[in-house]
Amino acid sequence: MAPCSVRMAPATTDLPRPFRPRVTALAMNALHRVLDRRNPLWYAVAVLLLKMAPLYRLFTAVEHLVKGQLFGCRMCGQCALPVTAYACPMTCPKQLRNGPCGGVGVDGSCEVYPGMRCVWLIAYERADAEGRIQDMRRLQRPIDQRKWGQSSWVNYWLGEDEGLWTSEADIEHEPLLLSSSAGPRS
Amino acid sequence: MIDRRNSAWHPAHSHLQAVLQRGRFAVTAEIGPPRGANIAPIRRKARLLRDWVDAANVTDSQSAVVRMPSWAGCLVAMQEGVEPVMQLQCRDRNRIALQSDLLGAAALEIPNVLLLTGDHPRFGDHPDAKPVFDLDSIQLIWTARTMREQRKLLSGRNLKPAPDWFIGAVENPFAPPLNWRAERLGKKIAAGAQFCQTQFIFDVKIFEQFMAQVRDLGLDKRCFILAGVGPIKSLRALEHMSREVPGMYVPDQVVRRLRGVPEDRVGAEGLALCTEILGQVKNIPGVAGVHVMAVNWEDAIPEILERAGVGPRRKPATAVVQRS
Repeated sequence: MAPCSVRMAPATTDLPRPFRPRVTALAMNALHRVLDRRNPLWYAVAVLLLKMAPLYRLFTAVEHLVKGQLFGCRMCGQCALPVTAYACPMTCPKQLRNGPCGGVGVDGSCEVYPGMRCVWLIAYERADAEGRIQDMRRLQRPIDQRKWGQSSWVNYWLGEDEGLWTSEADIEHEPLLLSSSAGPRS
Repeated sequence: MIDRRNSAWHPAHSHLQAVLQRGRFAVTAEIGPPRGANIAPIRRKARLLRDWVDAANVTDSQSAVVRMPSWAGCLVAMQEGVEPVMQLQCRDRNRIALQSDLLGAAALEIPNVLLLTGDHPRFGDHPDAKPVFDLDSIQLIWTARTMREQRKLLSGRNLKPAPDWFIGAVENPFAPPLNWRAERLGKKIAAGAQFCQTQFIFDVKIFEQFMAQVRDLGLDKRCFILAGVGPIKSLRALEHMSREVPGMYVPDQVVRRLRGVPEDRVGAEGLALCTEILGQVKNIPGVAGVHVMAVNWEDAIPEILERAGVGPRRKPATAVVQRS
């Protein structure tokens, strides 16, 4: 059956579609070390930005612009890029966080956009080339849908996205989705 | 490493799990619910399969086409004495609805669930629908295990009583990256999958390579693997499967073989091919059973199983009906 019989106008909505990153994972890993949250400077910056709403909005707009150009970022606010070889899983039409679906074409094409390469396949190939395939084994927890539009850099510096994914060793064991002490979430 | 295949976490009433734990070769099949408010087709298919399978999947609006829901089909199958596997996909539901449906399944004593991401709406009869994908399949499996073992919802709220199901997953050994598919299954197992049904196998060689990786990772010791097979009924079905069904890999030699016979013999050839493949995959180490998918051709399933020497099951008389 044809997916749609009416002729569609060019899409202006922001539907997720696979995006090939425009920078190497190597370069981004290096930048990530500079932006590491263990540097207290970044925590201070994040706190400052939170206190000054206009500055936060400006910062977030710049983040969107830069990451949009480089990774097709859609501002989910909880960035997985450091463990996906900087191929953004939110550009997958199913927004899968844990690897490619079963619908990838034999030629590596996305099941939804057959002319485009599966973004998780891109991630796999980049991770493989970097020798970081073990990153793909981490279990990614469900995202918080309230964080769309927030700055993921600020969230990262504040430690808000801690626990987004498991340590790779957990695969052999059976990681907990919630910490055992987890009570009702506000 | 935890061997969840034999863990204490199993619904007392999952015949499928009991069969697998006993080391018997398990057989599952698929029942597609109708497009319409009529349970007769499900009754008919369930009766047809009753003596031949250990459990039957009831699909969940597969290919993104609206059908009667899986849970309703499961109830009808149970009335007919067929143990159901409730399929549940993330395309149409957010995490609230997913957990709610999982609770419903447990409360109605549907003993097995198969948790998947789901085909994108683009393929179905409502390409204009909003795709949900709030969770992915791995997160859904992880959620189900959390509900069962930690007795908590994703919100952290307690569940009382805790639900129980035998948790299943799917894997496609034929979709790139081929070298990573076993690892992906490993993620599903770490999340909580106890059994796995694979995509249609038409290329036994690639499946053998997949199973070798599965064994290398020790996954066949942690999860029961059921090999997916199915017959191709006609040239139209062949065309549909090889071109339009996402994730389906039909190699050239299969296409040539089916095109090489007179058109009225394609069904018989497809059935023979399916039987041959079943015969080959059932002897691959680590394969614990077979999952037969015969879309709109359920009548062929008993013959395929009989010819491949894996039927009928002659289940002991523990029909689920009696317990309700």
